[in-house]
Amino acid sequence: MTPASFRLEVLQDGRLALGLVGDWTSRTLGRVPRELADALRGRTLDAVDITDLGRFDTAGALAIVQAHNGRMPKHGWQNRPEVERVVHVVEELERHAVEPPRKPDILTRFFARVGRGVYDFLAEAWEAFAFLGELLVAVLRTLAQPHKIRWPAWFSQIDNSGLNAIPIVLITTFFIGAVVAFIGADLLTDFGAGVYAVQLIGVAVFREFAVVITAVLLAGRSASSFAAEIGSMKMNQEVDAMRVMGVDPFQALVVPRLAALILMLPLLTFLAMVAGLVGGIVVTWTQLDLGPSFFLQRLVLDGYMPQHMLAGMVKAPIFAIVVAAIGCRQGMAVGGDVESLGKRVTAAVVQSIFAIIALDAVFALLFMRIGL
Amino acid sequence: MSEQTQSNQAQRPPPIEVHGLINSFGDRKIHDDLDLTVRAGEVMGIVGGSGTGKTVLLNSILGLRQPTAGTIKLFGEDTAAMTRDERDEIEKRWGVLFQHGALFSSLTVLENVSSPLVEHSGLSSSVIRELAEMKIAMVGLGPESHYLKPAELSGGMRKRVGLARALALDPELLFLDEPTAGLDPIGAAAFDDLILELQQNLDLTVFMITHDLDSLYAICDRIAVLADKRVVEVAPPEELERSSHPWIKEYFLGPRGRAARTSEGNR
Repeated sequence: MTPASFRLEVLQDGRLALGLVGDWTSRTLGRVPRELADALRGRTLDAVDITDLGRFDTAGALAIVQAHNGRMPKHGWQNRPEVERVVHVVEELERHAVEPPRKPDILTRFFARVGRGVYDFLAEAWEAFAFLGELLVAVLRTLAQPHKIRWPAWFSQIDNSGLNAIPIVLITTFFIGAVVAFIGADLLTDFGAGVYAVQLIGVAVFREFAVVITAVLLAGRSASSFAAEIGSMKMNQEVDAMRVMGVDPFQALVVPRLAALILMLPLLTFLAMVAGLVGGIVVTWTQLDLGPSFFLQRLVLDGYMPQHMLAGMVKAPIFAIVVAAIGCRQGMAVGGDVESLGKRVTAAVVQSIFAIIALDAVFALLFMRIGL
Repeated sequence: MSEQTQSNQAQRPPPIEVHGLINSFGDRKIHDDLDLTVRAGEVMGIVGGSGTGKTVLLNSILGLRQPTAGTIKLFGEDTAAMTRDERDEIEKRWGVLFQHGALFSSLTVLENVSSPLVEHSGLSSSVIRELAEMKIAMVGLGPESHYLKPAELSGGMRKRVGLARALALDPELLFLDEPTAGLDPIGAAAFDDLILELQQNLDLTVFMITHDLDSLYAICDRIAVLADKRVVEVAPPEELERSSHPWIKEYFLGPRGRAARTSEGNR
């Protein structure tokens, strides 16, 4: 491959000819198109000289046509019919070329972006309510016709998103309990109230950490996989296939996932509470020399612990609904392309974690009012 | 075609030469001692029943699959003896249209067609844009398609965009995997015409896998028939009709073959 170049030749009768040298292809042109356009500004070519021309393709032809006001020099192509054909094709295309739409200016784009953002937010909220309504109807219909409950799907979801999540939930909450114990022991010992670290661990783990951490883990684990599973089924038209077979995709896909989480999230939360306490016990034992039996005795004698536990457990099924509904809704909203699948999976995780934290705050206010 | 280009083509080495190709999946042999030569400037159609390894052959030639044995020469060079750089050079001389278009779903039509140019040409972005716009026009799509995403395109448009992308670097060799599958008969005929027109104007060699008898009659110079794990016959369609091979007889002289032949006679 030789790089492209050109020379301008003035013929005897004063006409101008363009001499093409080297290979004029998309890979050898480099900066020649601009140089040629500069050299030809305001001039008219009558002929070309292609004796030194190597390979030639549509990129080379386009460079000449564009530098020369959309026309090709008429003469000089005869010796290379294959080159001549390319030239004709390109000239023809350029003659019929329609000015393509350019991107609008930055201000328009900015306002368009803001407008689209507002619209998307409202549309998203609207669709969320529509989904919630549809889900409620599906659940009620399933309850009214118990033979329609899909047991195999339900149990497989319980296994996937519940039982398989046990190790990660246990390990995470164990460390959370340990961290709370460390900080609590350290601060409270300063006041000479190190013993109260036990109550601190109990309240923190029972009321907040066990249930919130479990729900957040399931948001990362299950909401994303629900969105990806249902989303790829949608892309593959499997959801449409179900519909035309008379199977309600809500009953077949969404309800088992929702039921599995409603059952499993409270159970996981309970395990998380135990793991959190174990984490706390390990730390208080090693740091404060308070043994396990003393730890448990203090918790029991405190008397308020069942209440704290209840406050934590009440939130679990609500968070389960949030995680399952958001995951399935984002899955159902996947369009035809891979990009929307990625966006929807991300949205499922982000939205469900956000909803968990926001609802937790609402619960805190509520429990304060009713004195729980 | 003038005499000079004829002689030009005679000098060029055949773009594809396959010798003694063997492909097997475990114990099952798909190809056994398969030979095939595609001459420069011709349109070669590949036909064969389902499971005869048309796509495996294509993937072997494209280097997507390592053949079990045999040599594959591209533009006269043995692929087995190539360095990575030489292989890169060869890859820039061909364009591939996959069966479902294989467009990059996160890019717009214009970006899809620009992508080979961006990767390999070193031209300025405005020139790349103009070139991509021209290629899109060349396959018969209007400027309104430029900013659409692949998901917003119909099946026929997707194939056209795939073809524009395959043609972006002005390849010498074009691979088409079932280009008219999934198109309506009118769209398929239009696509055949488009391929033939581009092949003649841009001096392309075309390697086309197809099931479409109309395509075979309309645009193929020669047809290679895959059966019994090898290429059993390579000939123009008119000659294949006289073949004695049972599968070829069934294929060309069955009801669909007859219909395609008559319609070609009426063209």
